[in-house]
Amino acid sequence: MKHGEVEDVEIRLLLEGVQRIYGYDFRDYADASIKRRLTHWLAESEFDTFSQAQSLLLRDRSVFESLLRGITVNVTEMFRDPAFFRAVREQVVPFLKTYPFVKIWHAGCATGEEAYSMAILLNEEGMAGRYRMYATDINETVLQKAGEGVIPITEMQRFTRNYQKAGGTASFADYYTARYDRAMLSTALKKDIVFAPHNLAVDGEFGEMNMVLCRNVMIYFKPDLKERCLSLFDSSLLPGGFLCLGLKETLEKKKIGERYEELAPTLRIYRKRYD
Amino acid sequence: MTRSFRAVVIGVSTGGVNALQKLLGQLPADFRLPILIVQHIGPEAGSGLAKLLDERCALRVKEADEQDEILSGTVYLAPPNYHLLVERGGFLSLSADPHVSFARPSVDVLFESAAEVFGPELVGIVLTGANFDGSRGLRIIKQKGGVAIVQDPEDAEARQMPQSAMAATDVDYVVALDSMAALLRKLAPERAVMPHKGRGRDD
Repeated sequence: MKHGEVEDVEIRLLLEGVQRIYGYDFRDYADASIKRRLTHWLAESEFDTFSQAQSLLLRDRSVFESLLRGITVNVTEMFRDPAFFRAVREQVVPFLKTYPFVKIWHAGCATGEEAYSMAILLNEEGMAGRYRMYATDINETVLQKAGEGVIPITEMQRFTRNYQKAGGTASFADYYTARYDRAMLSTALKKDIVFAPHNLAVDGEFGEMNMVLCRNVMIYFKPDLKERCLSLFDSSLLPGGFLCLGLKETLEKKKIGERYEELAPTLRIYRKRYD
Repeated sequence: MTRSFRAVVIGVSTGGVNALQKLLGQLPADFRLPILIVQHIGPEAGSGLAKLLDERCALRVKEADEQDEILSGTVYLAPPNYHLLVERGGFLSLSADPHVSFARPSVDVLFESAAEVFGPELVGIVLTGANFDGSRGLRIIKQKGGVAIVQDPEDAEARQMPQSAMAATDVDYVVALDSMAALLRKLAPERAVMPHKGRGRDD
């Protein structure tokens, strides 16, 4: 048996053990990406093989937590895909404004950059205080970072460019205070966001949402888990609500697809039908 | 002993649009092996390159979508701002993980995941480019028993990527772009049973 195959067996055994002991199920994650992340974690760890790591991983929760942090980190940026945020501003917000109050679920928010982007956009459109955003992630370490709203200052140039391309109407610098090598996002952006842990593989829906965003999270899932997430989003959304996916994700051939119309097809903004 | 292959992976950067037109343009519509390509491209580039190549090549060229089945006679381009990976069972997946070798899509990510799945039945090609992406991936393709082809640096618009790949591993073929399609046809002489392009295109 070749080395690569042994490693595949080790990974399968490890994920099985992790699921049984800690209840986190990564067996429905797409193999290639989870393997890259696991291998990366192993290389940084004190272990040479997954078999060697397994003994401690299954007995010592702190070792498992380091693994969990390593394999569930999604990277994100402010106003990633500016054209998407521009379309939200121009095509979705006018509908949201017709409600006295809207609820938004941002699933898989990672370190929160996109949630804050959405808050900036909504505030600029006059919706401050008229929405609540539930920003959730499986990884509690990234959630804590998200709550702090601190971003390396080196990123701000790129984020400013994104913001401008996304149709920002103010000066991006007004939204943060630069301190040494960090940018601290303004507290006004945080007050309508609730960061909370949520595991898309096992946890339930959020009720009566006007909008659900889940961008570039399900690309790491196998088809069955993807369908589970989509049905979770579907049962969370009110009729007329909006579902926003990553630019390479679609509802084509998906079970919930027929209940949605494409508002901005190439930008993956869908609207739930009323009937 | 004749070897048989299941896929070709190509990594290319600076000068890639011309190089890909030339190479793919010389392959027939019934070239059997699926071709997976990472061309370094800006995050908001759109899917213009896939359209351009599709128009100008006999093979069907498309931007890769998640869960695409890897089909004969088809060329898949990594989308802007996503890594392209190969899954067991002959499917593609995408990832928005951090840049690898300063790139997303990264040639190394595609090559490594393809080598995992296809092992010795894989042909890896590094074309023109002004960086080092693809070197590590090509070395892994070789380690798993695959075939490594590099564009002759003298022939490349930017020589760094081919040179770096040659320094990283024992390359099987160093050839000019003009003779690369012929080499691929020699390595994979079988014809695809059913060329995909052309079906239902004229309605």
